[in-house]
Amino acid sequence: MMSTAPELKSPRRPVSHSTLGRAQRWSWIFQRVSGVILIVLIFTHLFVNLWSGDGINQIDFAFVAGKLANPFWQWFDFLMLTLAMIHGANGMRMIIEDYAHTPWLKATLHWALRISTVVIIVLGTLVLFTFDPCPADAPASLLPSLCEDI
Amino acid sequence: MTATADAPAEVGAIPSMTVTLKILRFDPDGLDGREPGSEYWEEFQVEAHATDRVLDALHKIKWDQDGSLAFRRSCAHGVCGSDAMRINARNRLACKTLLKDLNPARPITVEPLKGLPVEKDLIVDMEPFFASYREIMPFLMTSGPTPERERLQSPEDRAKFDDTTKCILCAACTTSCPVFWTDGQYFGPQAIVGAHRFIFDSRDEGEWDRLEILNDKAGVWKCRTAFNCTEACPRGIEVTKAISEVKKALTTGEV
Repeated sequence: MMSTAPELKSPRRPVSHSTLGRAQRWSWIFQRVSGVILIVLIFTHLFVNLWSGDGINQIDFAFVAGKLANPFWQWFDFLMLTLAMIHGANGMRMIIEDYAHTPWLKATLHWALRISTVVIIVLGTLVLFTFDPCPADAPASLLPSLCEDI
Repeated sequence: MTATADAPAEVGAIPSMTVTLKILRFDPDGLDGREPGSEYWEEFQVEAHATDRVLDALHKIKWDQDGSLAFRRSCAHGVCGSDAMRINARNRLACKTLLKDLNPARPITVEPLKGLPVEKDLIVDMEPFFASYREIMPFLMTSGPTPERERLQSPEDRAKFDDTTKCILCAACTTSCPVFWTDGQYFGPQAIVGAHRFIFDSRDEGEWDRLEILNDKAGVWKCRTAFNCTEACPRGIEVTKAISEVKKALTTGEV
């Protein structure tokens, strides 16, 4: 059997640093950075909800409604929602790249992932910013204290 | 007093034992009434000494029991990197693995490297592996006139890539990588180690050519730091660290 020597690419191609902007690299950096931020956000979230004050006994409609009426917690939760969703979707994207080999399956899974990510981020954001902490005709005992002024 | 042949326990004698090797075989030709391309497990009993390696046991099988057993080996002393195989579910060199370190009381499983096409028994097609290595251009790239004497380098500059010069291209790292198993496009740890050896060499000028290749879709960003490669390397190269150093060079833009 005849076999030929492998052909080597010629060296000294013009150097371009343009590849430093490639998506793969940014997705990797995003994953590390968002991971660190999410650790802080999630543990703050758990501490405030489950530990500080009355701990887990404090969680009821009034507690959640009170938090969501505060712009700080709205933006805090918004950041946590978007970062967690994009971080998770990016991880899922890599798993699909690894394991889905047929083109149609890959495309289907990628689109299912994109659509579900966008839908969850949009729905979550809608809830965060349009939530009514003081629904009408609800018993006052269930509502947060800020509703008494209305 | 002279030692006799029937002396019960000679001083300094090496204890011998019977070990069972369970080998995953692949028969491309269909001998002995098998289907061509059939894969099957076969057990062999070998009389071995405690100082014997897996390669010695394979030799005994090939030379005394079944001459059709196929495996690669060349130097047989852990230098050439020909006899990497999956022994007890871990990638090792058969010539550097002692039988007594593998719990000889139980059958020792021997399989071909995972993730590369098997040609026969323990022989795999290494071409995809070498193709990745060629891709990163593993040769010195310089500009300007060739010096009349050696290209000098300080010991500090040499130390930067010392670890990755130890690679023997046995493919134990690449074929232990879970990303390589699932995604045949990935360069694999070895190609990145090979690139690292030149990228961090102060005498070489092709570092950005190589970094550009490794910044590709199939390049370093596929690494999930599973550390399988570092554990598998028979030369003790810190493969995952080398990959991370390449990632760092790409994120900071500095070599």
